[in-house]
Amino acid sequence: MRGGQVAARAPVIQFTNCRILRGGALLREDLWVRGGRILDPEKLFFEERRVADEQRDCGGCILAPGFIDVQINGGFGVDFSQASEDVGSGVALVARRILSHGVTSFCPTLVTSPLEVYHKVLPQIPVKSGGPHGAGVLGVHLEGPFISREKRGAHPEAHLRSFEADAFQDMLATYGGLDNVRIVTLAPELGHSHEVIRELTALGICVSLGHSVADLGTAEEAVQSGATFITHLFNAMLPFHHRDPGIVGLLTSDRLPAGRRIFYGMIADGIHTNPAALRIAHRAHPKGLVLVTDAVPALGLGNGRHTLGQQEVEVDGLTAYVAGTNTLSGSIAPMDTCVRHFLQATGCSVESALEAASLHPAQLLGLEKCKGTLDFGADADFVVLDDSLHVRATYISVGLCSALTTCLWWG
Amino acid sequence: MKLIILDNYSQASEWAAKYIRNRIIQFNPGPDKYFTLGLPTGSTPLGCYKKLIEYYKNGDLSFKYVKTFNMDEYVGLPRDHPESYHSFMWNNFFKHIDIHPENTHILDGNAADLQAECDAFEEKIKAAGGIELFVGGIGPDGHIAFNEPGSSLVSRTRVKTLAMDTILANARFFDGDLAKVPTMALTVGVGTVMDAREQGTVDPAHNSMIQVNYNEKVMILITGAHKAFALYKAIEEGVNHMWTVSAFQQHPRTVFVCDEDATLELKVKTVKYFKGLMLVHNKLVDPLYSIKEKEIEKSQSSKKPYSD
Repeated sequence: MRGGQVAARAPVIQFTNCRILRGGALLREDLWVRGGRILDPEKLFFEERRVADEQRDCGGCILAPGFIDVQINGGFGVDFSQASEDVGSGVALVARRILSHGVTSFCPTLVTSPLEVYHKVLPQIPVKSGGPHGAGVLGVHLEGPFISREKRGAHPEAHLRSFEADAFQDMLATYGGLDNVRIVTLAPELGHSHEVIRELTALGICVSLGHSVADLGTAEEAVQSGATFITHLFNAMLPFHHRDPGIVGLLTSDRLPAGRRIFYGMIADGIHTNPAALRIAHRAHPKGLVLVTDAVPALGLGNGRHTLGQQEVEVDGLTAYVAGTNTLSGSIAPMDTCVRHFLQATGCSVESALEAASLHPAQLLGLEKCKGTLDFGADADFVVLDDSLHVRATYISVGLCSALTTCLWWG
Repeated sequence: MKLIILDNYSQASEWAAKYIRNRIIQFNPGPDKYFTLGLPTGSTPLGCYKKLIEYYKNGDLSFKYVKTFNMDEYVGLPRDHPESYHSFMWNNFFKHIDIHPENTHILDGNAADLQAECDAFEEKIKAAGGIELFVGGIGPDGHIAFNEPGSSLVSRTRVKTLAMDTILANARFFDGDLAKVPTMALTVGVGTVMDAREQGTVDPAHNSMIQVNYNEKVMILITGAHKAFALYKAIEEGVNHMWTVSAFQQHPRTVFVCDEDATLELKVKTVKYFKGLMLVHNKLVDPLYSIKEKEIEKSQSSKKPYSD
């Protein structure tokens, strides 16, 4: 995504008086950046024999990799699942607004929708680098329509689908193509799902299990076929049972392919999951936990009625329900709120909480060399936080544009 | 020789750092007049480096016009290996201060022609006008830099094969695995360090106010009981190429800074003698100068009573 050659003339910026998240720990180190990438200052010193062109004092704050949200359905009135003529501006608006939540990369998510919506919307959401205009788009997350009727949650029943005989082609026809797609959530108990999972995995698309009534055996087979993610653990799946743990059992399954780690999304808004359940999952498999917002268009707006795909959603405080029901319909907690709630509910370290929102989603998508990390060579997307993990500033693509720093301060 | 004996490691480190600080400030370095400092690595100088960093962070000392020359570097170890001396100097000193990278010099253990690299290093020292103050340590086998027992006392910068003693002492930095420790190193010679400048170059504007002679050219730091025997051999026995630090008995301006533990093998009368001199020697670090005062002095220079 970034240009190959970094001009040696590009200014070197040194962020001082900070603690950076690196190697799983908060270190008292300066962060050096040049041309949109994190720079190795020792190399700069001994090989290029240069000093920084600009220094920025971070006031003792924490510098963490920019957060990555792999499940967000819209926000600020924008609904990604609406087939509008100008999906691009909606995506751009959300991309710009979530920067203040510390999110520097995201996967716009489409809920179960009719074919026309997929055919119209998908081509309008290309993968895009972040910058001062907004967070980067890593690709689209398609949640549905190949999911379980029983566990559809807020997804509209009318548009659910199961796989036809030529399953992969059926899927292609449904979506109208897989360009721009990064993650697909499906229910593995559906017939022919395994060939689909294998084809998607071969294409480099992340397969996630969710909205499903699969038992553990079926879930394990799906992982063996290539699935690597679980969509909002606990929600829209069978509850944990001690003789058949269901999808939840994947967290401690011993039948996963060697060396493969299963990741699982959690909505840590204090509503979708009881804190005790959050703790059980975290303690069972801390390295797989991925914080997601599953935010709906109502994010950032007040209470009242809003749309989500083909449904109407009622917002009251931090809770969003399918209008007139008790069915939860996405969340309106911003990512930084989720990080703070997760930290407080699990009592985990600050480092773990930050990694759950940055490193783990990057690892899920195979991007950990350039995203979700402050290692040398990674993209210079990071967030400045105070000790209570409130976002003070978001830096994205630092040093890439003509301006020395691309930074937005939130006070 | 001056032998400075402090109670413990941190006091010895602080004394050494204060001395270096005073030397640099009294020298009054500037863009046409750099203070050249020879530097060691290892665990002994760590405390001293920490204090120097503290002085920089407090605004009392600047390394803007200081040039540094390190004593040695391993051969064949990648420059960015955590145990290379480049990494040591970066992590423990350079990254915390305001020294310009072009003013630092460390031998390149991965150069294509190692001896040429050594010769070039000697030339760089010459071009910088020689070393104003060479700071060094001592190995348990009495070596200075990597001038192992048997090194010529008039040697210059060159490639050395490391003695087993040294390899054993260094194994702790390589997971205790002897196979991982480098076996060769580039090092300044005993002669190179002995060359540290004869002439004092204290700025004449300050000289009139000083009571004590600031002429030490070589400062050896020695701390810990495991170095005691080496210190004994270095200063109470004869000059001997098996204990290469002993060569400094023949240098006119050397100071050894040590803690009590390092004196454990010395004669009681040696220790008593030098402890008795501490009142005089402490004048080298007291008063302790700061560049902040120089800023004030500069603005008040017209009011100075002693102008020459």
